[in-house]
Amino acid sequence: MRHILLLALKSVRNRKFTVCLTIISIGLSVALLLGVERIRTESRNSFTNSVSGTDLIVGARSGPIQLLLYSVFRIGHATNNISWESYQEISAFPEVTWTIPISLGDSHQGYRVMGTEENYFTHFRYGSKQNLQLATGEPFDDLYEAVLGAEVARKLGYGLGTSIILSHGAGDVSFIDHDDSPFTIVGILAPTGTPVDQTIHVSLASIEAIHIGWQDGVPQAGARISAEQLRRLPLKPTSITAFLVKLESPIATFRVQRAINEYREEPLTAILPGVALQQLWKLIGVAEKALLAVSSFVVVVGLFGMLTTLMTSLNERRREMAILRSVGARPAHVFSLIIGEAIFVTASGIIVGIILLYGLLIVAQPILITHFGLHIAISFFSSYELLLIGIVLIAGVVAGIVPGWRIYRYSLSDGMTIKT
Amino acid sequence: MQVETAPQNSTSSHSSKTEPVIELTGLCFSYADNAAPILEIDHFQAGSGEMLFIMGPSGSGKSTLLGLLTGILVPQQGEVKILGQTLSQLSGTARDRFRADNIGYIFQMFNLIPYLSVVENVILPCQFSPARRKRTGPPPSSPGQEALRLLAHLNLKEPGLLHKPVVDLSVGQQQRVAAARALIGRPNLVIADEPTSSLDLEHRESFLRLLFDECQRSGATLVFVSHDTGLASLFDRVIELKTINKATGAGEGGKS
Repeated sequence: MRHILLLALKSVRNRKFTVCLTIISIGLSVALLLGVERIRTESRNSFTNSVSGTDLIVGARSGPIQLLLYSVFRIGHATNNISWESYQEISAFPEVTWTIPISLGDSHQGYRVMGTEENYFTHFRYGSKQNLQLATGEPFDDLYEAVLGAEVARKLGYGLGTSIILSHGAGDVSFIDHDDSPFTIVGILAPTGTPVDQTIHVSLASIEAIHIGWQDGVPQAGARISAEQLRRLPLKPTSITAFLVKLESPIATFRVQRAINEYREEPLTAILPGVALQQLWKLIGVAEKALLAVSSFVVVVGLFGMLTTLMTSLNERRREMAILRSVGARPAHVFSLIIGEAIFVTASGIIVGIILLYGLLIVAQPILITHFGLHIAISFFSSYELLLIGIVLIAGVVAGIVPGWRIYRYSLSDGMTIKT
Repeated sequence: MQVETAPQNSTSSHSSKTEPVIELTGLCFSYADNAAPILEIDHFQAGSGEMLFIMGPSGSGKSTLLGLLTGILVPQQGEVKILGQTLSQLSGTARDRFRADNIGYIFQMFNLIPYLSVVENVILPCQFSPARRKRTGPPPSSPGQEALRLLAHLNLKEPGLLHKPVVDLSVGQQQRVAAARALIGRPNLVIADEPTSSLDLEHRESFLRLLFDECQRSGATLVFVSHDTGLASLFDRVIELKTINKATGAGEGGKS
């Protein structure tokens, strides 16, 4: 078998230009397939891990996905608010470890402003239970202090000490600014790859403060109060938009969820973030499946390229095969020459593709995290990726069977005649 | 012109004075089951060390005969005995091995594998046949050395020539490399399918003489198939294919 292998290698070397092109085209398609698969899994991971370490998300009564969209992804609006009293009461449940209040409704340059408490920075978890990290500065602890998500700071070019004006409402363009109360940036968070990056965090008290003197969403003429006066007022929020709940034990999750859903004082909805995130991903995950399908087709095209070059080389190689037959090669040898070449080309293509993939990942990793907030780990292959690689290799062998079988038939029928 | 039969110096156990190298009996062959036979030979035999010329125009069943002699084709009726071995009794794989061990083959043209060197082309049979590799001589001599020796005998010894890509050799040189490949490891039977038809006249005879010399040296029987009657006088025995082939289907649908 060794000499057949050597023959196959020498034959390949003889046609190195076309073989190299074939290997490169398979390599590119494999790199694309694996790359798409990487981005797909990583984006799903980063999506489904937008919030973690939280057992329940509670908001005014609505659908779970709507609640998830506005509370975690800052998309859309809450139908209603939750009263501060309800929040306090549920926070006092014996099963509850901590709660993080969320108050939405204002924005800056299209980025949502989220009112919360300091415990947000200590308790909030994303990804695989990671803490929020401040890239620079510190959490807010006074009125009119803001902590920016990484993307907000980068896109808008803000740094510590920059003064910003919040706008009322959540649209890109807002006509009512809170221009009497500018905020100072005291901290900027490290990138997380979650909607946190696109959020401006301020204290609940600040949210209350900038709305004092407002009624029905518009400022009342002559009712403006100075910042100094505000500091002396008890700025107790009357309502919040939603809150995150962490329980003492996950076993209590369903009991607490039911208790909240049946809460008498006002209609509330509690959702399990993991379940809701999976549901949402199912809705928007169609695109990633399409992407995978397209890249699979690219692999098929690459393998067809190999099949074509093998098939076109067959006619000139019939002569070669007759010579080999004359010196004692069996039809099986002749068949394995072609199959061996197909395996060699496919395997080389896969190796080239893998090298290409990791090269690209190393180059693209910092770009993806800064520009898209997508963190792609440079890790070894997942079992699914190994399966994909295996499928490509098997497909390569199968593609080699067609010309191999053909040359096998030729070598039986040609016998000692040389077809030219 | 009579050429003397070479002395027996083959080490193969198959070859003995009592047994013919080729023996065809009641042979009948057609490519499809219900097609007219291409080849029908009642009896034919060739002895050890014979230089045999089989003559016939294209389409007379020459290629079919060669396919049968090498065991690539199997007759529907009758038997092909090479060195006392009935080929149809062997499995396909065993026939391939038998061919590798005992038969050297020279094609009409394009004999060489383009991506192998001259020496690699010559030692090719040794890679498929351990028996022929062994017959190149006991260690320390190697198939490569034997190849160089044969090539030198066939007037191919300039180092520059040996290291050229085989496609850059002249047709005559290529045919001599092919002859060296057919002869390496001393097979008992050398079959040549019009090896001189691509050579010009003056090279034909010199090529044949070199081939004869080497066949005699190794004790091989030579079966030389051609339509070129001009060469016939150089052989021990000349057979016109149509005189032994009774088939009428030949020349119609045969593979030429």
